[in-house]
Amino acid sequence: MSALPFLPDCRTGAIVNSEVFAPWEDPQAKPLIQFQNVTKRFGDFTAIDNLSLDIFEKEFFALLGPSGCGKTTMMRMLAGFETPTEGHIMLGGQDIDPIPPNKRAVNMMFQSYALFPHLSIWENIAFGLRRDNMPKHDLEDRVEEMLRLTRLTQFARRKPHQISGGQRQRVALARSLAKAPKLLLLDEPLGALDKKLRQDTQFELMDIQEKTGTTFVIVTHDQEEAMTVASRVAVMDQGKLMQVATPDRIYENPNSVYVADFIGDVNIIEGRASANGENTYQIDWAEGQAPLTATSANGFAQGQACHLAIRPEKVTISADRPADAINAVQGKVHDIAYLGNLSTYYVELPNGTIIKAQTANTRRISRRSFTWEDPVWLSWTATAAVLLVD
Amino acid sequence: MNRLSWFNAVSLTLGFAFLYIPMIILIIFSFNESKLVTVWAGFSTKWYGELAQNEAFLDAAWVTIRVAVFSSTLATVLGTAAAYVLVRGGRFFGRTLFSGMIYAPLVMPEVITGLSLLLLFIGIGLDRGILTIVLAHTTFSMCFVSVVVSSRLVTFDQSLEEAALDLGCSPAQAFRLVTLPIIAPAVISGWLLAFTLSLDDLVIASFTSGPSATTLPIKIFSAVRLGVSPEINALSTLMIAVVTVGVITASLVTKRAMMRQKQDEMAAARTE
Repeated sequence: MSALPFLPDCRTGAIVNSEVFAPWEDPQAKPLIQFQNVTKRFGDFTAIDNLSLDIFEKEFFALLGPSGCGKTTMMRMLAGFETPTEGHIMLGGQDIDPIPPNKRAVNMMFQSYALFPHLSIWENIAFGLRRDNMPKHDLEDRVEEMLRLTRLTQFARRKPHQISGGQRQRVALARSLAKAPKLLLLDEPLGALDKKLRQDTQFELMDIQEKTGTTFVIVTHDQEEAMTVASRVAVMDQGKLMQVATPDRIYENPNSVYVADFIGDVNIIEGRASANGENTYQIDWAEGQAPLTATSANGFAQGQACHLAIRPEKVTISADRPADAINAVQGKVHDIAYLGNLSTYYVELPNGTIIKAQTANTRRISRRSFTWEDPVWLSWTATAAVLLVD
Repeated sequence: MNRLSWFNAVSLTLGFAFLYIPMIILIIFSFNESKLVTVWAGFSTKWYGELAQNEAFLDAAWVTIRVAVFSSTLATVLGTAAAYVLVRGGRFFGRTLFSGMIYAPLVMPEVITGLSLLLLFIGIGLDRGILTIVLAHTTFSMCFVSVVVSSRLVTFDQSLEEAALDLGCSPAQAFRLVTLPIIAPAVISGWLLAFTLSLDDLVIASFTSGPSATTLPIKIFSAVRLGVSPEINALSTLMIAVVTVGVITASLVTKRAMMRQKQDEMAAARTE
């Protein structure tokens, strides 16, 4: 196995196929985890609704959704704390439903970290290894290795309440990685950290995931976190998968208004589609306004109701109507949000719709071109927007 | 420091006087030279010396201590197990009923508990002695242990046990290696509570004791019926001393542990 999977093969000079890590696109690849029509009910409540999903080895897979969407239930089923009501979960081709949590090659990092308060950091990390009756010498080596990996060597003798929140998070990670599990589950691992520390830790997590080659499944409600760390993201809602794709596809090609709205900021314009050339549609969206133009590979029937989703950063704001713009609407500035690096203009159209347009503040101390109540033009290209049914 | 107002000072004095004057009188008269309990005749420790010679009292004290140790240990095991199942067992059939029933003996009149146990022991033909007192004390003190331990278990983070399972523990190992060490303070204070309850119980012990075994409270009670002797005062003073030392030690230990924890957490916050 190559330690550097992203480099071209030097002997043949060819760019080997593994340059891009995308086993989900390879029909030959065997998934490490398979959810097969899994349903989980708690009494009358359906937490997971007939869900099927493949996760591959070495993936950093994110389950993303609002609270109560079933993402934590999926993780607890993988860990063995819950069993599916219907369907099966396979790990490496084996049905793991009857296997209790202590017999699974799966470890979990808990949201509360769940460090044992009566044991030192060293003993916390050694805890799982001791259960396997690992020889003393190997055990010590492994614990030291984990301490080095998570930069905790100097805290080894301390108790969990004697270290900071960020250090506790690393202890929890070291403890769950110590047994070299096939699969590591991370339940909101960075939720308790402040923003700056969270960003640093995200990269640390990715680094450790790459170094150890372990498959990570992370549960989070923070879309930025999921986008940063994950190789693929599953957006969930009410026990169902809404979309499973790479972060960039989720962002640029959402398959539903729900996903478009959940990930990042978006403008949604409702209208009716009519074909206008190959893969191109005209959208009638408001009385007395020129129709908008958008491309879509998905077929739309004549007059079918549709939603046009446009990211604010793909909308250009200008004082005059751009001559070559395919889509241009006029409105007036309703509000301005200055974020330092970006400014978001909330532009109100004549029919009351608010469209957000974002510009990067690339120059320091420049005068703002537009201010409140200014009449402005918003424009975007035919490919900037995504045309969605619902 | 604020000075107490006139009214508060009087209230406090009255309250404490009410609580402690009887005990103080008892302690003072245990050092009385005279055999007459109510007449002061000078300071002496001779009654303590006589007490050490009194075989009957020493026997009773030894029985009491053995009964207290065995019954509180048994009550701690049973009470902890019951608390664990009631807090952690999930929703099983009849759980509400059981959790109500485990607290019922707390409010049950002791006379009734004692009588029902007496009838049971006679019914099954068990000779009354140390064993029957131990069983009786276990019965009524295990619910106290269960109350103390379950209040700790309610605030216990369940993910700690899940983490232990996740790292390869069987459920029994998880309990022994993680749950028990963490709830140990509650288990110990449950044991101490059961121990003191057993130590000073008179009613249930008098129903369930036999001629072969008498506990100290029974001994004192029957001796007092023949007249209060300074020897009894001396014995009671010793018991007060033991309890006081125990309580003060326990509270000091807890306070120190809490302060150390607080300092550690502050130190951790600084290195953040």
